[in-house]
Amino acid sequence: MPDQLDCICYTKGPGMGAPLLSVAIVARVLCQLWKLPLVGVNHCVGHIEMGRVVCNSKDPIILYVSGGNTQVIAYSMSRYRIFGETIDIAVGNMLDRFARVVGLSNDPSPGYNIEQLAKKGNKFVHLPYIVKGMDVSFSGLLSFIEKQKDVLKDTHTAADLCFSLQETVFSMLVEITERAMAHCNINEVLIVGGVGCNERLQEMMKIMVEERGGKLHHMDERYCIDNGCMIAYAGLLQFMNGFTTPVSESTVTQRFRTDEVLVNWRE
Amino acid sequence: MNEGTKEELISQGAEGRVYRTQFQSKDAIVKERFSKKYRHPELDAKITRSRLNSEGRNIEKCRQLGLDSPAVFLVDKHNSRLYMEYIEGCTVKEHLRLVDTNSAEALDLALRIGKAIATLHDGNIIHGDLTTSNIMLRERDVQKIVMIDFGLSYISTSLEDRAVDLYVMERAFLSTHPNSEELFSSLLTGYVQQSKNGKGVSDRLNQVRARGRKKSMLG
Ligand SMILES: Nc1ncnc2c1ncn2[C@@H]1O[C@H](COP(=O)(O)OP(=O)(O)OP(=O)(O)O)[C@@H](O)[C@H]1O
Ligand SMILES: [Mg+2]
Repeated sequence: MPDQLDCICYTKGPGMGAPLLSVAIVARVLCQLWKLPLVGVNHCVGHIEMGRVVCNSKDPIILYVSGGNTQVIAYSMSRYRIFGETIDIAVGNMLDRFARVVGLSNDPSPGYNIEQLAKKGNKFVHLPYIVKGMDVSFSGLLSFIEKQKDVLKDTHTAADLCFSLQETVFSMLVEITERAMAHCNINEVLIVGGVGCNERLQEMMKIMVEERGGKLHHMDERYCIDNGCMIAYAGLLQFMNGFTTPVSESTVTQRFRTDEVLVNWRE
Repeated sequence: MNEGTKEELISQGAEGRVYRTQFQSKDAIVKERFSKKYRHPELDAKITRSRLNSEGRNIEKCRQLGLDSPAVFLVDKHNSRLYMEYIEGCTVKEHLRLVDTNSAEALDLALRIGKAIATLHDGNIIHGDLTTSNIMLRERDVQKIVMIDFGLSYISTSLEDRAVDLYVMERAFLSTHPNSEELFSSLLTGYVQQSKNGKGVSDRLNQVRARGRKKSMLG
């Protein structure tokens, strides 16, 4: 019922133009129809705040890994600051393209199929491992596999390649997370975003965090993937701290960096 | 080699521990890299070995370029330990926390750090992990810049590698020291003044930044 609502929250970005725009239009209509304030939300901040509340995590290093994002984030001075990220393609994007190269199906998703097939692999092949400070790069790894796939297929099964890929890529992600932990002096980790559903990534992260005497928050798969609740919740935090988006400014943006949002609901 | 010497932990980094110790009665630190249980053993061995080697080798090269870096005493491949000179002083990160980051002195320090990085690059060394924790000040003196932590360093002549080295530093710098854009731009000014190819690198840096901004950020 509209009279039970305080505000309408919508995703301002980042994301694909068409879906962002259609949601923004509906949100604008509803807020005018019901005379409610509008709150534009950053998709990444939604993931972070949902993760923090579901896991009851105060101040984690956040590894945000999805089809379009690969970022290592920590809160500092009223922003979620990006300490590390990919300097070229996102990890999820790289996994999808790899799945195509080795001929895996898209059903239910390339990432899931890589994870399942990797369980049957055991012959490790060295792949380009590129960490630069707290940043990673995946494009070299992908082009290596594209170029070498015929040679590799003579000596390794598709399962071995999936296995080696996961071991390499997730090691890079765990390493930059650990670098950020040391750098920021933080001992909790939260993984969000679709790639966070991968159990091998979770397992490796857990080993690293426990070796440092810290805590890995277990994120429920339902909240790891995109959901509407996270937008409502992050928007509510903004709203309760005095932020609203005037209808005249209720645009969407495909590129909206995590550190552009003023986070005034944290100490 | 160093048995019986007391070792006091001074830093627990991501990949290694740094202890303060003595080496042949000199003040020393030892940086020990340990194996990571989360990593596949073959990958782990390769990474540990290659970083120990790059660090030993490139600290020496850095010193040959006339830059200050700790003297390397011993590379113990067997135990993945690197013994080097202990630098009395502080990191630039610690220093910047104590001073006004918009002061003329801080801007001048950044300028000279930029020049030091240019010299390193002109010697074909890409540091790989440029942050304010990996640059020290001997005796806390802003004139005495010391480059450390060469584990991710490598040799390269490419423009792209130089630009990415600066890009990675820019991002780490601005997230570690919020609102210090002026400081970083002073660093770049120093770099361009000193570098053999300042214009080339800074144009390339702009391309790398633009790529970063344009990178798709879908869901
Ligand atoms: N030669 C030295 N003398 C005094 N202090 C040092 C020296 N080398 C390192 N330190 C201190 O120890 C800290 C960590 O050292 P270093 O940066 O080499 O390791 P790390 O960051 O753990 O390494 P890596 O990034 O390769 O995992 C430095 O930030 C500095 O405070
Ligand atoms: Mg360091």
